[in-house]
Amino acid sequence: MMHLLNMEIFQLAQIFQLATTLASGLAELMPSSGTGKAILASILLGASCGMLGCFVVVRRMALMGDAVSHAVLPGVVAGLVWSVDRNPFVIFTLASISGILGAGVVQMLMKTTRLKSDAALGIVLAVFFAAGVVWQSKEKSATAGVLHFLYGNASSIDQNDLLMMLVTSVLIAVVVWLLLRPLLVVSFDAAYAMSLGYPVKFLNALFYTLLSFSVVVALQAVGVILVSAMLITPAATAYLLTDRFKPMLLWSMTFGILSGLAGCWVSMSYNKMSTGSVIALAATAFFALFYFVAPRHGILVKYIRVAKRKSRTHRENLLKEIYSILERKEFARESVSLKSLSERRRQTLEATQKDALILQKYALADYSEENRSLQLSEKGWRRAMEIVRNHRLWELYLTRQADYAEDHVHDDAEKIEHVLGAEIVEMLERDLDFPEVDPHGKPIPRPQSEVVFVEPKKRASQLVNPNKN
Amino acid sequence: MSKVDHPPALEIHDLSVTYHKKPVLYGVDVEIPQGSLVGVIGPNGAGKSTLIKSVMGVIPSSGGWVKVFGKPLKDSLHRVGYVPQRESVDWDFPVTVMDVALMGTYGKLGLFRRPGKAERKIASEALEKVGMLSYANRQIGNLSGGQQQRVFLARALAQDSDLYFMDEPFVGVDAATEAAIVTLLKDMRERNKTVLVVHHDLQSARDYFDRLILLNMRVVAEGPTPEVFTPELLHKTYGGRLTILSEIADRTAKMS
Repeated sequence: MMHLLNMEIFQLAQIFQLATTLASGLAELMPSSGTGKAILASILLGASCGMLGCFVVVRRMALMGDAVSHAVLPGVVAGLVWSVDRNPFVIFTLASISGILGAGVVQMLMKTTRLKSDAALGIVLAVFFAAGVVWQSKEKSATAGVLHFLYGNASSIDQNDLLMMLVTSVLIAVVVWLLLRPLLVVSFDAAYAMSLGYPVKFLNALFYTLLSFSVVVALQAVGVILVSAMLITPAATAYLLTDRFKPMLLWSMTFGILSGLAGCWVSMSYNKMSTGSVIALAATAFFALFYFVAPRHGILVKYIRVAKRKSRTHRENLLKEIYSILERKEFARESVSLKSLSERRRQTLEATQKDALILQKYALADYSEENRSLQLSEKGWRRAMEIVRNHRLWELYLTRQADYAEDHVHDDAEKIEHVLGAEIVEMLERDLDFPEVDPHGKPIPRPQSEVVFVEPKKRASQLVNPNKN
Repeated sequence: MSKVDHPPALEIHDLSVTYHKKPVLYGVDVEIPQGSLVGVIGPNGAGKSTLIKSVMGVIPSSGGWVKVFGKPLKDSLHRVGYVPQRESVDWDFPVTVMDVALMGTYGKLGLFRRPGKAERKIASEALEKVGMLSYANRQIGNLSGGQQQRVFLARALAQDSDLYFMDEPFVGVDAATEAAIVTLLKDMRERNKTVLVVHHDLQSARDYFDRLILLNMRVVAEGPTPEVFTPELLHKTYGGRLTILSEIADRTAKMS
């Protein structure tokens, strides 16, 4: 097992080396204009933060990203102070170490105290950030430009920064591509991952390392304070759109890149605007948009779904009431008058007429303006019987199987009758041994028996009590 | 039938576990022959899930050893399947029923190999067996409790292990699923698989399992169901917490 793991780490190292060689070749091709650099930077960090952000969101550790981003500040300051020529590699390394250290302290606090992750994160986030700020204020001259790291400034990104970003992004992409399944299983069910023989600790450490890398890379564009915008918001937006992880990764990268580009463009057109804030606003604009219009989890769709269900329930209640009026007259007549329906519903004739027209629109009944009466269509009849049957079956079930008192069951059945599916109805009928009357002695209709629609009168009496004739 | 050819499926010797320095399991000794259905029963807080988790190495043990088919666990991990408690995962997670079933095949694939046609076939067959194939493309959050448990079982079946640990598979499932699980367990025994099931219902425990482990911080009794399922032993297992033992456990926790 250990041997296998070493092999795999060796493979990873080889790939990393390859990526580095590739990157130095690419350095020649790097854009030289400020705008070009900013655009490339946005694409890189949008993609890498978008990828890792998905894991962060589904693992419910959004605050971890925030804590790591604050925890890198002492590392950044150390880099600026110790590296006179501001070697981005030194800054990157120190910042990453600082970030990983922060994540480690969080884990340690959770293990050794009864603090949960939120409190542990809060402590670490604050103390690392504060330490960074204190140190920076002591070394003001050496750390000029630290504000770029706090709030982000895409135009400060130079050739070397860009190279660093490229290498990190490629590394993240390669690792995620190679280890997508193990990382996913660890995120979903860590105990199960362990039982599969996955090196869970190694995978988690790898993940936190990559997370620190991506945070550090994002710093110069978005800044310490708003890294969440790149890490969380695009992934959260993607989560609104899909129920599968791979599409979520792609969507998240897309939103990350688009918000990065939008942020760059706006902040470069208006010189004084902070890049990070604009990126955060752009990312959230996408989120807000899909919060409303996402196909399955969007608010709009949910609203429409509820409205549709309400109007269906309304129609079904109308049908049920028409049925009971007819039933009271022992199905001697085929139509009900608008007046009797309005009395039963305790509403005005005008409102009832509106209801009648609704039923007509859905082809559930024919409304005769002349006689001011309603006659159910075949479809309406069937649905009316189904609803009444559901209601009475459910009442019977509650009184017989769940030991409800007879006078307690009606209100519950009013709700349940609209949601019982064919499958449950079948089960109920079987469990209740195909009952014929409800707890109040009223016959239970049988819409499923195939009877030709000729004369409603005869048919109804047949259906209600098939044994009568 | 020599012991070398047919080593016990599971051998636990003097296993102890402490949680936050507080002992929760004391010196557990168990030997399970191959091809048996074993119920692990005991009151709440008796350490039933802890036993399974520490055997699987999910939580560390503080002493003792475990052998699976005569070898240390890490050498026979590929022969062991684990079905965690349903509540232990986030069902909003963006994976489908098929994705979860496929996870059963990941153990044999190692870290880098991707599941192909053969693995999809294995996963589909496992889903078919638990009656969940028609839900293959659904996101797991849209399932009922019983259906979720079936998906977990399908994942275990796809793993094709010889020894299974199941943590409370009967909790929160409908009657149909319960019956389906029982059928599945019997079918596994037919194929000489060994299954350890953490269970909370005494009545059904007697019917479902060949052997029982009565657990309350230590093994009260272990053996064939008819021998172990006696009023005295059950009383010993359930008759109140072991006051002195748990009191001492609390003190040890405070001391360190």
